[in-house]
Amino acid sequence: MQESAAVHAFESEHEATSTGLPSTKLAMWIFLASDVLLFGALITSYVVYRGRSVVGPYPNDVFDIPYTSVSSFVLLASSLTMVLALSSIQRGDLPRMRLWLLATALLGMTFVGGQVYEFTTFYEEGLSLTTNLFGTTFYVLTGFHGTHVAIGILMLLSVFSLSFGGRVTQRDSLTVELVGLYWHFVDIVWIVIFTVVYLVPTGP
Amino acid sequence: MASVSVPSEGVSRGLFRRPTATTGLWSWLTTVDHKKIGILYGVTSFAFFIVGGSEALLIRLQLAQPNQELLSPSVYNEVFTMHGITMVFLVVMPLSAAFINYLIPLMIGARDVAFPRLNAFSYWAFLFGGIFVYSSWFLGGAPNGGWFGYAPNAVLDPTRGMTFYAIGLLMTGVASTVSAVNLAVTILNMRAPGMTLFRMPVFVWMSLVVQFLLAFSLPIISVALFELLFDKRFGTHFFDSVAGGDPVLWQHLFWLFGHPEVYILVLPAMGIVSEILPVFSRKPLFGYQFVVFSGIAIGFIGFGVWVHHMYAVGLGPIANTAFGISTIIIAVPTGVKIFNWLGTMWKGDLTFPTPMLFSIGFVSMFIIGGLSGVTHSVVPSDYQQTDTYYVVAHFHYVLFGGAIFGLFAGMFYWWPKAFGRKLSEGLGKVTFWTMLVGFNLTFGPMHILGLQGMPRRIQTYPEELGLTFYNLVSTVGAFTIAVSVALFLVNVAMTHRKPRGEAADPWDARTLEWLTTSPPPEHNFDEIPTVHALDEAWHRKYAETEGGAVVPVPAGGSGLEAEYTGAHAIHMPSPSYYPLIASLGLFVFGYGVIFSWLLAGAGAVVLLAGLYGWALEPSAE
Repeated sequence: MQESAAVHAFESEHEATSTGLPSTKLAMWIFLASDVLLFGALITSYVVYRGRSVVGPYPNDVFDIPYTSVSSFVLLASSLTMVLALSSIQRGDLPRMRLWLLATALLGMTFVGGQVYEFTTFYEEGLSLTTNLFGTTFYVLTGFHGTHVAIGILMLLSVFSLSFGGRVTQRDSLTVELVGLYWHFVDIVWIVIFTVVYLVPTGP
Repeated sequence: MASVSVPSEGVSRGLFRRPTATTGLWSWLTTVDHKKIGILYGVTSFAFFIVGGSEALLIRLQLAQPNQELLSPSVYNEVFTMHGITMVFLVVMPLSAAFINYLIPLMIGARDVAFPRLNAFSYWAFLFGGIFVYSSWFLGGAPNGGWFGYAPNAVLDPTRGMTFYAIGLLMTGVASTVSAVNLAVTILNMRAPGMTLFRMPVFVWMSLVVQFLLAFSLPIISVALFELLFDKRFGTHFFDSVAGGDPVLWQHLFWLFGHPEVYILVLPAMGIVSEILPVFSRKPLFGYQFVVFSGIAIGFIGFGVWVHHMYAVGLGPIANTAFGISTIIIAVPTGVKIFNWLGTMWKGDLTFPTPMLFSIGFVSMFIIGGLSGVTHSVVPSDYQQTDTYYVVAHFHYVLFGGAIFGLFAGMFYWWPKAFGRKLSEGLGKVTFWTMLVGFNLTFGPMHILGLQGMPRRIQTYPEELGLTFYNLVSTVGAFTIAVSVALFLVNVAMTHRKPRGEAADPWDARTLEWLTTSPPPEHNFDEIPTVHALDEAWHRKYAETEGGAVVPVPAGGSGLEAEYTGAHAIHMPSPSYYPLIASLGLFVFGYGVIFSWLLAGAGAVVLLAGLYGWALEPSAE
């Protein structure tokens, strides 16, 4: 422990910032604020075009709300395992952090897998990217979100693998926290998308 | 607990050794030094300025006389579109970024930006984005739908031009977003001891506002560009009215970005002028806090005025009136700044070296552009002006008379700091007057042409319309501007044949960057200065007597001088290959989206490899 303290003494000296927040954390917050606008514009595009498709299939023809509710629950559950991963590393419990990180990634993969299955089903039911406005806006919005989740999974698995090489230790809990911030953000965005796209009725 | 300790070999493992060159080509390709990156931004954007300026000269040649066929209508469309894209995205934004990169760490007393490698990545992604857009000339035609690329024209156009536009601007957008996060964190987190927010120079404040404007407006145009790209490349229906889509959505998304963008372009120049006017008036900036709060107010209100670009779309009287009012409101903070600058000069001990001339040029030309802008806010009046040369006159008065004059002021002012040599004052003054005359000859007559009904973006006009005289005047003016830019380049070439050796503080200035040598060492300051006041550098040089007279402090008398204690190592971040590799991957990926998924895959692999190499790179060898 003393040895690693010496290694990090230099870095912590540089961590004295004007706001007291670590620079990486501040950067992540500003990036996420920026990403809010990205999803804002995408969701706006979806909402503006709701109910304006001139040919089917329409949302009511393809949506399977119980199915998507389950996969939404899986994604939201992954926020819990993410919190557990962070709390493990903050306590210095590396094996448990690995376990929870892997659980988070697996839940995320389940969600993305579910999305792939959903897309395939919709496609077989005749809804492609170019069928109508609903297909266009639906696939682009949920696809952007799915890509965000996939990037998150990549980050989780990267931290997971790096932890075996000694690159992730109790002192690097900030790294896990940053991945967590991103992960929770992607989850929260899904709550909005799920509500706006699936739950709010479009009418006839 | 053994598993927790860090194996020492794990700390310094990277794919390659980190590059170490400090001179020569490799040092520029791998640099993470904010000053070198600033200079790279400056040189690149000036090169694009010459290209975009040449496009402007082609436009003016074509319009010099009626019924000319120098440029065919389709080539004319490409030329004016590329002129607009170049000047907005590849000149004014990155030239401002050059100043922001170079000066922010120096002005807040930091050694570098918060994330030096991200900074390098931003530069390379911007450069590749610019090259990407320009490569369209050789790959099936340049963008031809105007810089705001209105749908459905941009979608229905059969060439690949607007696809290049969408992907190229997405690349520069990634560059600017990354840079915005980086620089905002730098300003908020890396300030020297004592540098509170309200001791920051106005330029730093305006830059901070710009970073937030970028962070919040770029994602919106990114979505619009993605939608355009999907419509063009994959046949989606975002802007397809046959399928129920609405081309006006593009206009909303574009201008929701586009209006904040106007302030992204002009706020850095406003910051530059706010630094220069006090120095050559030998007075502090009049109403510092008013200038700062006006800048912040502009940042907020800038997101609420976009429909004034769309009055003629037909959104109805309520929308148009509401946005007319918000547009009149945003003129207020801008007006406040104008009065602050006038107040700074009022009863000042004025001298008129070139930076001061360009600054005064900025203020006066910006007033003209601002006033014609106010005429646009009045909806019925704007109906008459929409899509005429009056609009062209207006935005050139704010973007050339404003931003470019301000940026030239900055170049003359900080040249000795960056290069250790002052640009020639005599030639500089000739440059200023030539540019001022040329500028007004070019864009002044466009007000009249516009009110006479000459539409924008028209390849030629018949003689009977009586537009010939003012068009010819405008063309003469454009070539006068070209002469002034040539004079500037001669000045640069001559200056760089002189030996270095400019003093640290040749203008008797007020801010921290003048405390260090010209040019500054790689680590900026031998000793990080502790800040006690706004205009810290000034207060180290001058004190006020009880009677209010300003007297110089004898050298060493303030007790605040940085004492160089000598031998202690200052650790600076090592250069890196990965920013260049990652941005190269992005570049290849962009071509892949247009031409082949195999290529896109290769680009993605390079990008990912770059990012992983980056993340795993040891902090130094």
